[in-house]
Amino acid sequence: MSTVLLLEQLLNGLQFGVMLFLMAAGLTLIFGVMGLINLAHGSLYMIGAFAAASVAGFTGSFLLALMAALAAAAAAGALIEVTVIRRLYARDHLDQVLATFALILILSEGTRWLFGSFPLYLDVPAWLAGPVRLPGGIDYPRYRLAVIAVGLAVAGGLAWLIAGTRLGIRIRAGEADREMIAALGVDISRLYTLVFALGAALAGLAGALVGAIQSVQVGMGEPVLILAFVVIVIGGIGSIRGAFVGALLVGLTDTAGRVFMPILMQPLVGQQQAATVGSALASVAIYVLMALVLLVRPAGLYGRA
Amino acid sequence: MGRERIVNAALAVLLLGVPLWAHWAGEPFTITLATRAAILALAGVGLNLALGTGGLVSLGHAVFFGLGGYAMGILAHHAQTFTPLPLWDLPGTKSMPVIWLVAITGGALMAALIGALSLRSSGVYFIMLTLAFGQMCFYFAVSSPTYGGEDGLSIWVRNGFPGLNTLDPLQFFLLAYAVLMAVIWAMARIKASPFGLALAAARQSPARLDAVGARPFRLRLVAFVISGAVTALAGALFADLNRFVSPSMLSWQTSGELIVIVVLGGVARLYGPVAGAILLVTLEHYLGGISEYWQIALGAALLAVVLFARGGLIGALAGRPVAHD
Amino acid sequence: MTRKGLMAAVLTATMAFGGAGAAEEALRVGMITTLSGGGAGLGIDVRDGFLLAVKQAGAPIEVIVEDDQQKPDIAVQLSDKLIQAEEVDVMTGIIFSNIAMAVIPSALAQGKFYLSPNAGPSQLAGAGCHPDYFNVAWQNDNLHEAAGAYANSAGLANSFILAPNYPAGQDALTGFKRFYTGELAGELYTTLGQTDYAAEIAQIRASGADSVFFFLPGGMGISFLKQYSDSGVDMPVIGPAFSFDQGILQAVGAAALGVRNTSQWSPDLDNPTNAAFVGSFEAEYGRLPSLYASQGFDTANLLISAMEKADVADRDAFRAALREADFDSTRGAFRFNTNQHPIQDIYVREVIQDGEIFTNRIVTTALRDHGDAYAAECPME
Repeated sequence: MSTVLLLEQLLNGLQFGVMLFLMAAGLTLIFGVMGLINLAHGSLYMIGAFAAASVAGFTGSFLLALMAALAAAAAAGALIEVTVIRRLYARDHLDQVLATFALILILSEGTRWLFGSFPLYLDVPAWLAGPVRLPGGIDYPRYRLAVIAVGLAVAGGLAWLIAGTRLGIRIRAGEADREMIAALGVDISRLYTLVFALGAALAGLAGALVGAIQSVQVGMGEPVLILAFVVIVIGGIGSIRGAFVGALLVGLTDTAGRVFMPILMQPLVGQQQAATVGSALASVAIYVLMALVLLVRPAGLYGRA
Repeated sequence: MGRERIVNAALAVLLLGVPLWAHWAGEPFTITLATRAAILALAGVGLNLALGTGGLVSLGHAVFFGLGGYAMGILAHHAQTFTPLPLWDLPGTKSMPVIWLVAITGGALMAALIGALSLRSSGVYFIMLTLAFGQMCFYFAVSSPTYGGEDGLSIWVRNGFPGLNTLDPLQFFLLAYAVLMAVIWAMARIKASPFGLALAAARQSPARLDAVGARPFRLRLVAFVISGAVTALAGALFADLNRFVSPSMLSWQTSGELIVIVVLGGVARLYGPVAGAILLVTLEHYLGGISEYWQIALGAALLAVVLFARGGLIGALAGRPVAHD
Repeated sequence: MTRKGLMAAVLTATMAFGGAGAAEEALRVGMITTLSGGGAGLGIDVRDGFLLAVKQAGAPIEVIVEDDQQKPDIAVQLSDKLIQAEEVDVMTGIIFSNIAMAVIPSALAQGKFYLSPNAGPSQLAGAGCHPDYFNVAWQNDNLHEAAGAYANSAGLANSFILAPNYPAGQDALTGFKRFYTGELAGELYTTLGQTDYAAEIAQIRASGADSVFFFLPGGMGISFLKQYSDSGVDMPVIGPAFSFDQGILQAVGAAALGVRNTSQWSPDLDNPTNAAFVGSFEAEYGRLPSLYASQGFDTANLLISAMEKADVADRDAFRAALREADFDSTRGAFRFNTNQHPIQDIYVREVIQDGEIFTNRIVTTALRDHGDAYAAECPME
């Protein structure tokens, strides 16, 4: 395998990781602040993609579509938080898993009822279409570079939000001691709604960005939800930095598995079987990674035990 | 406790009475539905020991359910094709007791392995680890070509049980029902035993348990192993009901449905999974007949139970359980 | 039409049919198909095509439609219901091979006829063929074989092939290789349900291939095509019709333009039955029919042709009538092989844009009178 191809695959792994980070950031934020496991996070991702596809279809503008995705997912998130989620903060994980599992059923079938059973169309905008030549002679899709940029910007923005703003101080205070900040006069329930809507908006943004190069369809949220959970568990639940590192690790591991496993398997099982056996191993690589990380650090890389 | 006993007895009678009536009325499909409910209830009873009594939220119990299914599928497949099993040069079998034994043993071993690795962590990490092991097994089954991959394995004729004609819907139902009742009886004994009480204590206040010198890890591991073994037995029966096994039995949605069964009925209640399974099968069948968007209604019902009817169906009918501590 | 609320839509058309014997009881058809979840579009099209044919013929057929949710165990339960409670005569409708393998063997063992409008697993085409099982679509390998044959005739000699790692994916690549005579630049299996293909596309680019063959049904294909077209790799792509059919083509958009795909049917196929079908389907449902809709339509017409000749209670006569395949197919010539799978032409189509709509146009014929590789193993004659 040539160095150029290796570099390109490295970039692919990074890019996949950044895409996962967009999804995982909201999930881990919500867990960190409110202690809530939200299985319906994938549905918010789907809502973002559907909103973007609809608006892009009407207006033809990709930027408007992205805004619509942010707005629709944030609104759906706020609505869900006010009606359902806020009753779950004091509950145990089992109730949370079940209630948000129920939300998946409702949101998925509701979306299908509204939009029908066929996938929707959403494409990359003309100004981001096609490849660009990078130094070293790699032809890399412009859109994927843009996704990397957006992901890094979101990571930076979140870091700034948490470390350097009033809202961030409240969020950190809320993570540390809920009763105390309520006693200090911060409207905790408004803060929670805000954080949940923010997490939802991030998921919606991820759905719209990813929807342009994948399939916008009902059920698109579940596979990526599971990957996002793997990411935040590896990183340590509640830690944004953990989510970032975890996302990159998962992205790189998954890509490396897909590329190298079939090659590594060739001497062991022969040319004929290598493709299937290698692919089977590649599809479980990230779960093995997660199990290994948790065996060594039961609360993830950056988690508080 | 008195009212819960009455509710339990009513559920046991209902689950037995409906298929008997259906047999008399000549409606074999209702018997099939009741059998499905009984088997799912059995899987739920297994999960309930870990989830309810032990407080271990496993999002990977489909592993054991599917493993039981594949125990039946693989053994029967070798029996019907007259080929020996790959590793040990043994023939397959079409005998349910043998299949059950293999399923229970396999489920227990797998649960010991997964439990030993996952129980070191707790809370969300435990949920996610069990999910991760579930996904590994799912992808392994989908892509491994030996036993049908995603296509699964079909069995031409349902396996046999000495002295019964399992092809007769009612007799197969009665068999599943008897297994269910036997396991529920055993579970009641386990819960009342020192082990069961210590396990419940480990959920309620681990610190106090530590103080008296009991080790929660071992308690939980034993509970997880029993739980996995029972769920695997249910998986073998479920595959026999369908005469078919496929990786969909191993999917995380199956794990979710098993949790739904337990919670709908009432967590940690002896007959909770029975109530939950009856309710789920009924909803699935009748709502599914009304609208193709029936899952919206299922989701809403589920949400209502979690938010407003804690304690599930049994909780609503029988009131709060008598506290043990 | 997709918002039709009733799943168990029971459609009865007991108008005058075939003249004599008006008092006869309706034939009961049990249709298990996928109407919810990710694969719902396919099942909806099969159902709509089937019901359209029944309506047009005014045949005394009662269709009981059930949704399998793309879950094999639900499908098995529904099959028990249709057989035990509804007492249907004929079953049909299943979309996915894994569900077909869960349901069909036991339905046949219980004495039901099964007409397959979509899935054609090899197990039911070879030694496991059955006198009461009729496949009206294709054997699973057929369209892939045609793609291999087309690659040869198009002068492609170094193809990169990929499919998901599950039985249908493995069969697809095997089917392609059965006819393809060139070199393989690479052979790759992806994870079922995978959505990101950057790593695979990089490998394709580096492999020095002259073309790409892929089988990635549903959303996987949409994702792959969008990413492939955006990557700047511009080798020709070939695939079976599943990733380029009417239902999902609008979601792929311009990324699919010009792609050659193999199919036994196309909306522009030039025969009167097809022209009438395309027109009436569009009038009835407000959308262009898909491959699946044409298969559902043909399946119903095969059934109706047999009903005109024999009563379903006379099993031997009914079976013989089905075997004759004496109906006007939307794909023109159609007959059954010894294993009761189709012998038909398989075409190469090209994705084109017609106004706002993306659709397909026939370019050439890949294989003429094509049967399947398993018929020889089938003991039936």
